[in-house]
Amino acid sequence: MKAAVLVFPGSNCDRDMAVAFERAGAQVSMVWHKDTALPSDVDIVGVPGGFSFGDYLRCGAIAAKSPISASLKAHADRGGYVLGVCNGFQVLTETGLLPGALMRNANLKFVCKALDLKVETSQSDFTNGYNAGDIVTIPVAHHDGNYSVDDETLSRLRGEDRIAFTYAQNPNGSTADIAGVLSENRRVLGMMPHPERAVDDGHGGTDGVAMFRSLVASLETA
Amino acid sequence: MKVRVDVMLKNGVLDPQGEAVRHALGSLGFDGVDGVRQGKVIELDVAEGTTEDTVRDMCERLLANTVIESYQIHMG
Repeated sequence: MKAAVLVFPGSNCDRDMAVAFERAGAQVSMVWHKDTALPSDVDIVGVPGGFSFGDYLRCGAIAAKSPISASLKAHADRGGYVLGVCNGFQVLTETGLLPGALMRNANLKFVCKALDLKVETSQSDFTNGYNAGDIVTIPVAHHDGNYSVDDETLSRLRGEDRIAFTYAQNPNGSTADIAGVLSENRRVLGMMPHPERAVDDGHGGTDGVAMFRSLVASLETA
Repeated sequence: MKVRVDVMLKNGVLDPQGEAVRHALGSLGFDGVDGVRQGKVIELDVAEGTTEDTVRDMCERLLANTVIESYQIHMG
């Protein structure tokens, strides 16, 4: 299984994401934002956390218009898999691959701690290593994680079972406690919490391992 | 040619920063400030003859996130 992790100026979770994919058995290549093409035969593209382009204009906005992003969008349009974490989730909403927007946390505080998440659906290759209803502990670290969608989009997300994770205790004011959402074809996941920061005992928890393992297992057999 | 673009959160979208500013004004003793909305002003220096349509395209594709933001263009 081949994974590519995008690197923007200001990305700071790119290597963590690469390690998480590697440990799960993927071959990983890093792709600079000025590249215009992804490596051939890439199964999944990771869009990492960080502060791409210093969060200038809006979080993720400049990264979403960088040269590699056209290839990212084409990859997703072809049915390729994409995992966007934190700033990566912001990039995915800015590219339009996922609905909604990430706004400033409602309490205006940067929140950095491990939080309990509820797995809302196991019906995706990202989450089929969990059971719906499971509580997993995954760290968050963000200032702009307040996921906002209008009522119509929210009911569509619910109706299509596209809410992947919710917060047990909402840290940022996000609509319906949403922590992560899936695309319509269930192959693009954006989430504010960092599963790649929960893959080693040294991290203080390993609840993120199941996501990377299930992705690799699903994509190897595909 | 100077063009100014005002970007604001859409009506109905909670603006926590504006709320914080409103509270701070209250604590400075400015009574009766019922609402504060915080946005941004973007000044562009563009070639003569640039049309409002072109600036609108800039807004739609980059300067504003129209999921949550609205914009106003002031030409010249």
